[in-house]
Amino acid sequence: MNIHFTEQELAFREEVRAFLKAELPADIAAKVRLGKKLTKQDHQRWQAILHRRGWYAANWPLEHGGTGWGVVEKHLFEEECAAAGAPRLISFGVNMVAPVIIRFGTPEQQAHYLPRILDGSDWWCQGYSEPGAGSDLASVKTRAVRDGNHYVVNGQKTWTTLGQYANRIFCLVRTDPEAKPQAGISFLLIDMDSPGISVRPIITLDGAHEVNEVFFDDVRVPLENRVGEENDGWTCAKYLLTHERTGQAGVGISKAALAHLKAIARHEVIDGRPALEDPLLRQRIAEVEMRLMAVEMSTLRILARAQAGGTPGTESSILKITGSEIRQAISDLARRVLGPHALPFLADEMVLEHEGEPLHADYSVTPAAQYLNLRKLSIYGGSNEIQKNILAKAQLGL
Amino acid sequence: MDFALSDEQQMLQDMLARLIREHYGFEQRDRVQRRAPGFSETFRTQLAELGVLAMPIDEAHGGMGGGGVENLVVMQELGRGLCLEPFLESQILGGGLVQALGSEAQREALLPVLAAGELLLAVASEEPRTHYRPEWSETRAERIGDGWQLSGRKSVVFGGQAADEILVVARTAGEPGERNGLSLFRVDPAAEGVQRRAYPTMAGPWACDLVLVGVTLADDALLGCAGAAFEALDHQLGRAMAAQCAEAVGSMQQACELTLEYLKTRRQFGQPIGRFQVLQHRMVDMTTELELATSMAILAACVADEPASAERSRQLVAAQHVVKRAAQFIAEQAVQLHGGIGMTWEYSLAHHARHLVMLGHRFGDDDRHLRVYADLLEAN
Repeated sequence: MNIHFTEQELAFREEVRAFLKAELPADIAAKVRLGKKLTKQDHQRWQAILHRRGWYAANWPLEHGGTGWGVVEKHLFEEECAAAGAPRLISFGVNMVAPVIIRFGTPEQQAHYLPRILDGSDWWCQGYSEPGAGSDLASVKTRAVRDGNHYVVNGQKTWTTLGQYANRIFCLVRTDPEAKPQAGISFLLIDMDSPGISVRPIITLDGAHEVNEVFFDDVRVPLENRVGEENDGWTCAKYLLTHERTGQAGVGISKAALAHLKAIARHEVIDGRPALEDPLLRQRIAEVEMRLMAVEMSTLRILARAQAGGTPGTESSILKITGSEIRQAISDLARRVLGPHALPFLADEMVLEHEGEPLHADYSVTPAAQYLNLRKLSIYGGSNEIQKNILAKAQLGL
Repeated sequence: MDFALSDEQQMLQDMLARLIREHYGFEQRDRVQRRAPGFSETFRTQLAELGVLAMPIDEAHGGMGGGGVENLVVMQELGRGLCLEPFLESQILGGGLVQALGSEAQREALLPVLAAGELLLAVASEEPRTHYRPEWSETRAERIGDGWQLSGRKSVVFGGQAADEILVVARTAGEPGERNGLSLFRVDPAAEGVQRRAYPTMAGPWACDLVLVGVTLADDALLGCAGAAFEALDHQLGRAMAAQCAEAVGSMQQACELTLEYLKTRRQFGQPIGRFQVLQHRMVDMTTELELATSMAILAACVADEPASAERSRQLVAAQHVVKRAAQFIAEQAVQLHGGIGMTWEYSLAHHARHLVMLGHRFGDDDRHLRVYADLLEAN
């Protein structure tokens, strides 16, 4: 038994560190560390830098322009990116629809879409969720009816993250209303500028515009935009979900957030002393840090098993549940340590640098909003309750 | 990274699991537990014959030279079987202290017989006012001629009720609270001036209290240099804590398996109670805690033998915290999910629950480790 990385893996980590040190723009890293919202341009800049290095499509096989990395390299890369303050990749294109196209798409679809994802020509968003569906994806109601060489799509999608930036959307649509819920679904790639599509913002409880509703009103989609067979979209959907759930423990992100929390607690003052010296706060931080250590060890065990050829099973649900709880707990502490300074709701400053004499520390602008925003972690990607149902059924046989 | 057991380690696990399955039924254990010394000499002999007792002892002194991972394997199986034999106390902690502090002559005298199972050691580090911190020891040893004279009180010495020798922490200099001045002495429990009171513990295994009144010791009863035992003691307690994590994981595995089985078979309202979602989620929560605890027991086993460092302390303390929190959670939930049957002495689950809750009283509970970790928060 050996809990350490190999020499080769450590060398890879050094290479990633050196790259990040040289190439990650300082202004973007500062925004990420302070929890400020990134603009579309920020994301695109970072993506282009990664693409130049050949590291944007970490999950893709080599022949399609990916890295061909194994699970441990991917893990190390994500850890280092998080530690350095690199933006989290918007995964809808590169890590969600691309694996589906690589696995189930035609050669023409692969030749058309994959390069456009790599070079940033396309920004994808996800059309899975629908109003009233929640975690029950198979209840999709958006209809697609054949009309010559096209499908005519009608319906509504929701919780479409960053859909306001996207020029493409991948959708689950119902092509056979008579079939059993999971049997009559197809997987479509749709241009967002098609006539009949409209996007409406949803403002979330943190006051931000991150998600949207997308409406389809007689939208015509060419048949060749379907991935896989008609009515077999559930296969694509399930495959995509397995990709969505890997790495959801977010250990690297939590470590970075914990470091930032400690930095805040060194500056904030409680009873005339740095907040980090407050025994109760120290214990709360200690508690979450120890639990994070345990989740990290569990992640490494699963990685080692995957690397040795095992398939990651239901353990990823354990990581999703515990990882999301930890991230939420850290964001809770970051909000609380600010005391009254968590109260100002300065929407502009959450995006931009503050101009002029600061009354509040720069780090105090975002934690309350972050805390509110991160309530989503235990809801999306299959709520934590759904994860428990999966574990009860698949792992425990209940 | 490689978390798999080696072939030898796997064999050790299989062998021990089989031995416990065949010779350590719940009823046998219950019979043994009721009467002093509270463990089975026969089973201890079997462990010795299979070389298990020699596992943690250095090869140069008749042992097998096993490290943290071998201790993990052994303790996990002993935990699954709720075995009462003082392996952690005698072989890991006692043997480790002799190894770390003893002179070559002392090691040669003690370790081979310890490895063979012909010597049973116990370690007396707790006192009425130490509360898991040996530096608060008040027991004193004074230089008398070319020997020592020992006086004080020692409490809850696991395995001490039957030990051939007890390694007693005593102060040869300094005041309670100071790390300097602590020494370790070999004490014969039959010596004049030693009073021993044995009892079963709530955790299962037996222990004893000691009253030491002017006990005369020869010069070579001292292990290591006078006044310089703290570091070795602290390091060895770390190894023992790692071993305890593994023991707890074994017991937690068993408690979870029993509970899962119960959820699948017990019927109420016309269906197995495991069909109820609220109970499913409770069982998933137990499984999740077990998963995290297992990870931390592995981490603890892998760092236990490393030299002392702030990082090692943080990892060991974190392991203790996570494991003990999981242990109490699983114990309480397992009893709850079993309903009344979980409350009965005659069902093994009740004894796992007792063991899992009470193990926090040996090296400190989750709150204590939380405080220690909080102090170490910026050590990395």
